[in-house]
Formats: sequence, structure tokens, C-alpha cells
Amino acid sequence: MTASLFIFFVLAALAVLGAVSLILQRHPIHSALSLIVVMVALAGLYLLMGAEFVAAVQIIVYGGAIMVLFVFVIMLLNAGEEERTNFSKLATYAGIPLAVATAGLIAAAIVRSSSGTLSTAGASGALTSTRTLSMLLFKDFVYPFELTSFLILVAILGAIVLAQREN
Amino acid sequence: MSDFLTHYAFLIVPIVKIAILVFIVLTVDAYLTWLERKVIAHIQSRWGPHRVGPHGLLQPLADGVKFIFKEDPLPASVDKAAYFIAPFITLMLALTSLAVIPFGPQHFTVFGYETHVGIADVNISLLVLFAITALGVYGVALAGWASNNKYSLLGGLRSSAQMISYELALTLSVVGVLLIAGDFSLRNIVDQQQNGNLGLLGWNIVGFSKDGIGFTQIIGFICFFIAAIAETNRVPFDLPEAESELVAGFHTEYASMKFAMFFIAEYTSMITVSCLATILFFGGWLSPFPASWTFTDYLPSLLLIPFGLWVIFDGIRYETIFGRIVLPGVGAVLTALGAALIVFPPFNDAIQGLFWFLAKVFTFLFVYIWMRGTLPRFRYDQLMSFGWKFLLPVSIANVVLTSAVILWRMH
Repeated sequence: MTASLFIFFVLAALAVLGAVSLILQRHPIHSALSLIVVMVALAGLYLLMGAEFVAAVQIIVYGGAIMVLFVFVIMLLNAGEEERTNFSKLATYAGIPLAVATAGLIAAAIVRSSSGTLSTAGASGALTSTRTLSMLLFKDFVYPFELTSFLILVAILGAIVLAQREN
Repeated sequence: MSDFLTHYAFLIVPIVKIAILVFIVLTVDAYLTWLERKVIAHIQSRWGPHRVGPHGLLQPLADGVKFIFKEDPLPASVDKAAYFIAPFITLMLALTSLAVIPFGPQHFTVFGYETHVGIADVNISLLVLFAITALGVYGVALAGWASNNKYSLLGGLRSSAQMISYELALTLSVVGVLLIAGDFSLRNIVDQQQNGNLGLLGWNIVGFSKDGIGFTQIIGFICFFIAAIAETNRVPFDLPEAESELVAGFHTEYASMKFAMFFIAEYTSMITVSCLATILFFGGWLSPFPASWTFTDYLPSLLLIPFGLWVIFDGIRYETIFGRIVLPGVGAVLTALGAALIVFPPFNDAIQGLFWFLAKVFTFLFVYIWMRGTLPRFRYDQLMSFGWKFLLPVSIANVVLTSAVILWRMH
């Protein structure tokens, strides 16, 4: 086993464990912390693929900004522990088989596409350098990029309007 | 044996470097607390610590022993996992952020493994640093939340809000430097500030440059330093631990080594920020004098020899073992080092970079302490409106201005 494959399995296990713990934890703060673990593990995976810029931005944006906001809101609302309910019938009879089927489908697709050999994929050259990435974002795809930021701006304005309606 | 070393040098050399750096940083942290107490005491016309050892020099040691042996009570109904993990997160991130900082220009080869002064030389070191700083808020927020104490919770909330607000200004304030350097690597950012014989004028804070692309980043530096102080929760932005309102803020319920971990983390972040300000705006390890002024190479000796002699004569006055024997010993070593630098020019050349780097970092650390002794604390609404309504627009304006000047100079 090569070193990079070993690191891949460690990070992948961390991400999966974090995701499972996110669902199983009963306290919202613990769930949020598990999600941070998933984010950081994903950033490690990006780094392993050679996409350094994306990895750093993943941590800065998701780990540093969005999740801080989540934790902040949970702390501010002082949310307590969730109450456990019994599985609903829909979840038992439809949810579990569907989940298993989806997982099986994805696994089958992966095994078939890589023809049995499992390895970490190298990123395409376009993602490796910050320079090429910024050229793509601000030159080739500048209109879709600006449109996306405009959409986010509209969403922010909408949130402010909704929040101020009560006054 | 040597075969083993050559084969595993890529693993052994970084581990040794990490061990040395952590040891140095923890020692510096300890003596930074001593320096802080001494400087603030003198600002306020007091003596500061002076009982434990000459000039209170053994005070950090006594504090360390106290931290280790103090009782560590667990408050009632805390969230145990978060309560225990919070100081570890804070300290771990503070120490990790030092890993990407280059401390000097040298490259050297150990057992066939090429390495440099500093632990990791990655090409996105600035982004890595910001990523680690961005995660730093969790330690404080969790500590405040897990302690099950209203003062701690308020401190944690304040801290998260403050860190989110000032992180934007912090990141935007360095964009000007990035535009000039065209690189995320801290090592390349320093190298780019070496503009032939310009010396101090070539640094980003002044911004002359050979190819004419430079532009003064003084606005960027002011924004960066203010935002960085807020990120490290220091006076005048130490609202998360404002003792007049919140007892001790997020670390109210922490005692013993866990409290010490928050403390060490705070001082380590101070060091990181000082290193970063030095690298980004003040030329890192570059000398402020033009390269042709070779006589300035003797400056380290000129400082070391008188200081060493003073330590010797100061130590002799005491009657304790530490004063009589250790201080003159240290003084003799410093004097000998200063003399050796004059006698062996290659040795002198090798330490120039490190000398200037440490001198600049020390200056910033002193400014930190100076401000703590001088400035009052912000009110919370002032803090928020200052961050969002003043610091953020100014740093964005700096980005626009710098890009415009670079574009104009290029044509």
C-alpha cells in the first residue's frame, strides 16, 4: 500500500465516521462538530488530489465561515438535546431499502468504471494551479461566475427583507 | 546507520525541526508573559515581578510549576467532551499555524535531504495560515459553550461574532501584497521584496521596486494589524474575556493546565501574527539597509557584546546562585557569540537573516504589549461597527487602489 493510498483511507474513514456521527449525535452542537470533521477530512482529500487551492478554500469557507455561523446560531438559540422518536413506518419499509439500493448502485458504478483497481484520482491540470483556476473563473466563465454572486446577493437581500418584515 | 538516516531523512528531519520549534516557541511564550508583566508594570510606574530570581526572571518557571500542581476541578453539568477538547483545539491550531512560516533564507542539506529554516515550505502557505486561523474560533466558542456558565457563553458568543467579522478584513488586507507578489508562498513574497540595493525602500510597506509594479501597502498593513489583534483577542479587542463584564469570559471555568493551554495559545498566536506582519509588509529576513552597506553586518555583534557584558556585571551584584553564576555565564556566552560573529565572517553572514527576522518580530511583540499597557477596551457595538463600517470598506478600497496602480504601471 502506497503512502498516499494509506492517507486516503484514513481521511475517507474520518469523513465517513464524521458523517455517521453527525446523524447519530443527539446534541446539535455535537452534530455541527462532526460536520466540521467531515469538511476538514474532505479538504485533506482535495489536498491529496493535488488541488491545494480548493483544499484551503474548503477549510476557510466551510470550516471557518459557514460552520462557525452554524455553531454560533446553535449557541445563541441554546438548542437542547433532540428527543428520540421511534422509526416511522415509512422509514422502515421504504427508507432503508432505498438507502441500501442507492449505496449499492454507486458502489457498482465505481467498481465497474475503475475496472477493479482502486486508486486515488489525480486532479486534472486545470485545478492544480491557482493561476489557471482564477483564469477560468474570471476570464472564461466570468458571466456565469458573476451571475452566481448576483444570485447570492439577491438571497441575502431577501433574507434581510424577511427578517425586517415584523417591524 | 547512516543508510537508515539517508533513507528516512524525509521523516526524521521534520520531526526534529518540529521538536526544536515547539521547544523554542513554548520557552518564548513563557518569557513573553514575563516581558508583558515587566513592560506594563514600567508603563504604570510599578516594578512588576522581581521576587523570583533576579528581575523576576524565574517567574515563568514558578508559574509553570503552579499550573501543573494546581487542582483542576470539573464544574457541574459541563458538556464533558467539548469542555476537554476545547483547550486542545485552541493550542493545537495555534502551534500548527507556525509550521508554514519561513524563518530565514537558508537552504541546507541534512543526510542528503534538502531542507530550510522553517518546517513546511508549501506554495499556498498564506492560505494554509488563513485556514488554520479560521478554525481557531472553535476552541474559544466551544470552551464558552461547554462550561455551562452564562459569562463563558457570552464570551464564546462574542468571540465567534468578532472573529467572523474581522476575518474578512484580515483576508482582504493582504490581497494588495498578493497582487504585487503574484504568489501565495510566504518565501516568494519575501524574495520579491528584495529589490537590489533599495533595502528598506523595497519592502511592501514602502513599495518601491525595480520593475515598477510595487505600491505602498501602508493602508493594507494598518488594516491587517488591527484585524490581526482582533483575531488574537488582545487589547483593545479582548471583549471575549473582558474581566470587568464577564469575569474571565470563555475561560472562566478553566483552571490549571487547561487554562495554561489557552494562555499559551494566545501568546503563540501573537508570535504567528508578528511573523506574518514581518513577512508580508516588512521584508521578512531582509536587512533594512542597502546590500552595499556591508558594515551593517556587524550590528548583531554590536548589540550582543554590550548586552552580554551588562548581563555579567548585573549578575555579579546578586548573592543567589542564579544571579552569581547563571547570569554571568549567560552573559559570557552572549559576549563570546558576539565576538565569534566578528571573527568568523561566514558565520556572521549566515545569521544575518535570522537576526533581522527576530528583531522585527520582537518589535511587533513589543507593540502588542505596549498597546495592552496603553489602550482602553472597545465597547461591543463600537467593535462591530468599526469592523464592518470602517475596516472592511478601507481594506476593499486598498485592493481596488492597488490593482488600479499596478494596471497603470504595467501599461
